[in-house]
Amino acid sequence: MANEEVKLFRTWSSPFGLRIVWALKLKGIEYETVLEDLSNKSHLLLQYNPIHKKIPVLLHNGKPIVESLVILEYIDNTWEQIPILPQDPYERARARFLAKFGDEKLLSSIWSVFVKQGKEQEEAIGSAWENLKILEEELKGKKFFGGDTIGFVDIALGWTVNLIGILEEIIELKIVDEEKFPLLCAWMQDFADVSIIKDNWPPHDKMIAKFLAIREPYLAGSK
Amino acid sequence: MAGAVVLLDVSFSPFGSRVRIALEEKGIKYEYKEENMKDKGTLLLQMNPVHEKIPVLIHNGKPICESLIIVQYIDEVWKDKSPLLPSDPYQRAQALFWADFVDKKIFDSGKMIWMNKGEEQEPGKKELMESLKLLEGELGDKPYFGGEIFGFVDVALLPLYSWFYAYETCGNFSIEAEFPKLVAWAKRCMERESVLNSLPDKDGVCKYCLNGRKRAGIE
Repeated sequence: MANEEVKLFRTWSSPFGLRIVWALKLKGIEYETVLEDLSNKSHLLLQYNPIHKKIPVLLHNGKPIVESLVILEYIDNTWEQIPILPQDPYERARARFLAKFGDEKLLSSIWSVFVKQGKEQEEAIGSAWENLKILEEELKGKKFFGGDTIGFVDIALGWTVNLIGILEEIIELKIVDEEKFPLLCAWMQDFADVSIIKDNWPPHDKMIAKFLAIREPYLAGSK
Repeated sequence: MAGAVVLLDVSFSPFGSRVRIALEEKGIKYEYKEENMKDKGTLLLQMNPVHEKIPVLIHNGKPICESLIIVQYIDEVWKDKSPLLPSDPYQRAQALFWADFVDKKIFDSGKMIWMNKGEEQEPGKKELMESLKLLEGELGDKPYFGGEIFGFVDVALLPLYSWFYAYETCGNFSIEAEFPKLVAWAKRCMERESVLNSLPDKDGVCKYCLNGRKRAGIE
């Protein structure tokens, strides 16, 4: 499929945008990045995603596709080399389920640990551990969620590797404890070592600064 | 492909209804098991330990959860009859987007209406009406969201249409008067046999919501 125009609208830090970078790089697809400032959205972004006004947006030959998990499926359906989703329908359904679980239940429980304090934080940690246990179970006998190589679930859950460490550093609390989650910790290390992932990591210090600022109002509120 | 198909569900659930419509469209024989969400069965807890929710499709002993994921699974396994998703990747992405939109915008804003009263209902009403306007815009003059063919987005939205009467009653406002194209679309869908047997009964849903309000001390 030569002469394709592929553009990705994303921000420097959003894990949802990063997922698309990883998928495009994994498949060897040439693309152009358009970095957005969400406090000052470009008119193109608003034109291509009028309903949610969010990133990421993939533009392929002038046609926009939005919502990161929908974009991942689109990429897999359009460029069939190096499939991201498994072939078997049951495994595909399981992959979609885990991606959704990661984005909804898991993310919100990790976020609660980050923004809450005291007893509420303790309860949030309990919930987060329950959710992380599900991922730990899923990794039994596998290096990556996709098997020997990274796939849809690895890409979809990659935000945990990107973000959890940053949040843990700020709150000075280990959520993904190596004793409780040995397989998950190993996966995080292996995932971060994959070259397409390593080469596209957002800068550590910039991430710390960003999330410190996000946490401020929650701390102020509790005083 | 063949093999036992079991559906764990609750009769008025719009999410379970999506799965029922998909199974009927494809002519798949299945065993229906009504769950009691106040006293969840062992099978449900075993098959969906993560969310403990219905619907759950059990195919050859293996569970699939989350209604739209189940519908997509059904479409992939029984791919030779009545395809619900388009084969073109871009059209497919559009269908997945709009089904996801329905999931994010309709049920929760509806819940804000039937679980609240007075002023507290307003944000729900606003979001619901705005979302339905966008959906009606997307439907346009097509017979179905899928175009000429009844498809994924039609399956995603239709059961929620059965809940509109409950929202209207609890919120004391009219949805249907505002959206004639959606009303016509729903009537057209309801002529399909797969749909007739699979939609939650609107009076039953309304009663469920009114009882919920009474229990919560709202009325």
